[in-house]
Amino acid sequence: MASVEHTDGEGLSGVEGVRRRDFINIAAVSFAGVGAVAVVLPLIDQMNPSADVLALASTEVDLSAIQPGQAIKTTFRSQPLFVRQLTEKEIAEADKVDPSTLRDPQTLEERTVDGKKQWLVTMGVCTHLGCVPLGAGEGENRGEFGGYFCPCHGSSYDTAARIRKGPAPKNLEVPKYSFTSDTAILVG
Amino acid sequence: MSFPWAEHYTPKHPLMQWIDEKLPLPRLVYNAIGAGYPVPRNLNYFWNFGVLAGLALVIQIVTGVIMAMHYGANTLVAFGTVEQTMRDVNAGWLMRYAHATGASFFFIVVYLHIFRGLYYSSYKAPREMVWLLGLVIFLLMMATAFMGYVLPWGQMSYWGAKVITGLFGAIPVVGEPIQTWLLGGFAPGNASLNRFFSLHFLLPFVIAGVIILHIWALHIPGSSNPTGVEVKGPQDTVPFHPYYTAKDGFGVGIFLILFSIMLFYAPNYLGHPDNYIEANPLSTPAHIVPEWYFWPFYAILRAFTVDFFFVPAKLLGVLAMFASILLLFFLPWLDTSPVRSGNYRPTFRKFFWILVIDVLILGYCGGAPAEEPYVMISQVAAAYYFAHFLIILPLIARFEKPLPLPNSITEAVLNRYNIQGEQDALPGMGSDPQPSNAG
Amino acid sequence: MVRIGAFLVGLFFAGWLLISFLVGAVAYVSEPPAKTVEHEFHKNPKHVSFSFDGPFGKFDQAQLQRGFQVFKEVCSACHSLKFVAFRDLEALGYNEAEVKAIAKQWAIKTPDVDPKTGEMSTRDPVPADYFPKPFANNVAAAAANNNAIPPDLSLMTKARHHGTAYVYSLLTGFQAQPAELLKEFPDAKTPEGLHYNPYFANLNLAMAPPLTADGQVTYGDGTKATVDQMAKDVSAFLTWTAEPKLENRRRAGLPTIIFLLIASGLAYMSYQNIWADKKKKA
Repeated sequence: MASVEHTDGEGLSGVEGVRRRDFINIAAVSFAGVGAVAVVLPLIDQMNPSADVLALASTEVDLSAIQPGQAIKTTFRSQPLFVRQLTEKEIAEADKVDPSTLRDPQTLEERTVDGKKQWLVTMGVCTHLGCVPLGAGEGENRGEFGGYFCPCHGSSYDTAARIRKGPAPKNLEVPKYSFTSDTAILVG
Repeated sequence: MSFPWAEHYTPKHPLMQWIDEKLPLPRLVYNAIGAGYPVPRNLNYFWNFGVLAGLALVIQIVTGVIMAMHYGANTLVAFGTVEQTMRDVNAGWLMRYAHATGASFFFIVVYLHIFRGLYYSSYKAPREMVWLLGLVIFLLMMATAFMGYVLPWGQMSYWGAKVITGLFGAIPVVGEPIQTWLLGGFAPGNASLNRFFSLHFLLPFVIAGVIILHIWALHIPGSSNPTGVEVKGPQDTVPFHPYYTAKDGFGVGIFLILFSIMLFYAPNYLGHPDNYIEANPLSTPAHIVPEWYFWPFYAILRAFTVDFFFVPAKLLGVLAMFASILLLFFLPWLDTSPVRSGNYRPTFRKFFWILVIDVLILGYCGGAPAEEPYVMISQVAAAYYFAHFLIILPLIARFEKPLPLPNSITEAVLNRYNIQGEQDALPGMGSDPQPSNAG
Repeated sequence: MVRIGAFLVGLFFAGWLLISFLVGAVAYVSEPPAKTVEHEFHKNPKHVSFSFDGPFGKFDQAQLQRGFQVFKEVCSACHSLKFVAFRDLEALGYNEAEVKAIAKQWAIKTPDVDPKTGEMSTRDPVPADYFPKPFANNVAAAAANNNAIPPDLSLMTKARHHGTAYVYSLLTGFQAQPAELLKEFPDAKTPEGLHYNPYFANLNLAMAPPLTADGQVTYGDGTKATVDQMAKDVSAFLTWTAEPKLENRRRAGLPTIIFLLIASGLAYMSYQNIWADKKKKA
C-alpha cells in the first residue's frame, strides 16, 4: 500500500473542499451517464420500421372476380389478407349464432361494412401464434364451422371468421378498409 | 502487477467477493485499468490516444453492427441499401456518417498514438512486444478499412478494390492467381463483395483481441513516460484510477466534440464525391485515390517510376509500400540509443520533426493526381522516409550525445514546478543517469 | 546484422527513388509535360449562395418546390431520380393529397405486372413508389441519347466537388467555344453532337442546354422564371434529393456539441480536482 500516494486528499483540504470536489466528480460522471443514455436512443430507434416500410401500408384489392362462396388471398403489410364473398347461407349461419356465447363476441355486421355484409375482409393470420389458416383456397379444409381452420394447433373459425374452437383467443383481425367503388376496396 | 507497491483488489461487497472467487474478472479489470495499475505520474496528453483509439474502435463496432442490419451484400443492391439506410432508416444517416467519420477519427487517433511512440521511443526494450502488437493492430485496421470502403459499392469502392488487389498482380508468377483468388473472379464482383463484408465484420473483433494482448504486454513493464526514465519507486507512480481515468475522461470529451463537429457539420469532407456514384465497371473515375489515411503509402507506391534492371517499377512500388510499413517492425533494433525520450535527444528530435513533415508531404502527394510535380516531390519524400528509419536512426543512435537525464520521474516533475525542498526529502532516488535496462 | 540489412535496404530504396527523381526531373526540364485543354480552360464552379449554406442554413421550401417543378418539367424527361420516392415530397411542404396527385399525374408510369394477364405493363405511381425511370435500362437510355446515358440525379450534388454550385454552374455555363481555345488547341474543337461547357470535367458535354429561355416553366408562386433562377432552384432541389436529412443532421448537432462542451468542462474540473494533490504549483 502506498499511503503516500493514495490519499483522497481528505486530510489536506478539509471538509468543505471534499464536498465541492465530490460534487464536481459526481456531476461529471452523471453527465457521462446521461450522454450514454442519449446515445442509446437512436441505436434502439434504428430497429423500428423504416420510412419505406411504413409507406407500403395500403393495398388495393379488386373484388370483381370473386364469386359468392369464393375467397382470395392477397397481402397487406407483408401478411396474408383474406377477402371472401359470403353466400346467403353462410351469412345466415353467422347471424344464427348468439354473440354472447362466443369467446370474442362480435356480430357479422360489426365485422363488415354497412350494406356490404357479404364481403368479409380479414387478415389471414391466426390469432393464436400467427400461422396462416386454411380455407381461403379452393378445396381447403374450412374446419367444422365452415370458415377457416388453422392446421398448426387446430383453431376453427366460423363463416364470419370468429374463433369458435381451439386455442386462438380472438377472431381473425379485420383491418381498416373502405370501398373505393362497388368492386374495389382500399385496405390500410 | 509488475510493481510491488501496486494496490491489491479487495472486494468489499459480498456479491463482488462471490464473483471474484468464481471468475476473477473484477480483479482483472482493477489491475488493468483500475487502481491496481500504477502509472508514471508525469504522462502528458499524448498518452491519451491509446484510450481514445479504444473508444474509436467501440464506436466503429457499434455503428458497424447497426449498418450491417440494413446492408445487403450484393452488387445489385449494395449501393441502394446504403442509400436507403441514409434516407429511410430511423437515425440511419447518423449511423452511416458516424461509421464513416469514425473510421477517419480512428486513424487520426492511431497515427497520433504511433507518432507519440516514435517521439518517446516507446518501442524500445522492454516494450518491444507492445510495439509489435500495435503494428499488428495497425495492419489489421488497414485491411478492415480497405474492405469497409468497398462495401458501399460506389465508384471509388469498385476501383479501389480493383487497384489494391491489382497490387498483388505485380508479384511475379503467382501474382495473377493471387489476385483472382482474392477477388473470387477476374474483377471485383459479388464474390468479392461478400467476402469483404464477411471479413470486414470479423476483423474488428480480431483487432479487439490483439488490443487485449497489446495492453497485457504493456502491463508487464508498465507504461513508458515522457522522460523515458524507468519508474524507480512508488513516488513515481499514481494509480490508473482515478488519476488517469479522470484525465482520459476529459480527453474523451474533447475527442467527442471534434468528432461531433465533423459528423454533424462536415460528414463528407474527408470522403470522395465519386463514391456517391454507383460502381460502374465500364468507366474509371478520372482520379482514383484511396481514403486519406492511406495517402502516404499510396504516394510511396506511385513514387517508383523507373524499372530496376529486371524488376519492373510497379513491383518495386508494391515492395516499397509494404516495406514502408514492415520496417516499423524492426524499429526496436534499429534505434539503439539507450535514451528513450526525444526530449533528451537533440539530434533525434530534429530528424523526428523532419519525418513528421515528410509524412505529411507524402500524404499530400498521395492525394494529388499522379502528375508532376507531385511525383517528383513524393520521390524525394519517400527517399527520406526510408533513409530516416533504415539509415539515419541507427546512425544517430551511434553518434548523438544525449542531454543529461533526470534521476527520476519525480525529480523531473518537481523540477517542472520548482519545488526544491520536497525533492531532497524524497526517498528511493538513485543517481543512475540512464535507464539500466535500455539498449 | 539487422542494422546492416536495414542499411542496405534503405540505401537501395532511397537511392533508387533519388535516381527515379533525377530521371523524372531531367525529363520534366527537357520536355515539360504538354498543357492540356482541360487544364487550361476548365473552370471551378461559380460562387452562388443558398439558404442552406453554412452550418445553420435551412432549405427554403418554396425554392425546393420551384426546383421540383423545374425537375418535373425539364430534367425528368431524361434523368432518373431513383433514390427519391414521391412520399419524400412531403418534406417540401406538400400535403398527403397533393403528393398523391403528383404521383398519379406523373408523366412516366411505374412498371408493373398486369394482375390479370401477368404481362409487363405500367400503372400510375403511388406515393410509396420511387420516381420511375424514363428509360427501361441503360441500353435504351444510350440509344435515345446519342450514346450518352443521362446519369441519375438523386445524388448528383454529393457526387461532385461543390455539387450544388457545380449543378448551377453547369446549367448556366453553356457557351460558344472561346476563340483562344481553338487557337491554342485546334484539335479540341467540340465534336458534333456535344456542347461546350467550361464547368464540365472534359469541357464537352452530351447534354444540350436544358434551360434555354426565361419563362420556360411558369412558377405558381409568381417568381420570375429566369434561366438563372431556374438553375438555382433546381440546384437547391437536387441538394435536397442528395441529402434529405440535412436539416435533421444540423439540428441534432448543436445540442450534442453544447452538451459535450459542458460535459468536457466538468470532466476537466474533475480531472483538476483529482490531481490537485499531485500537481502543486509553486
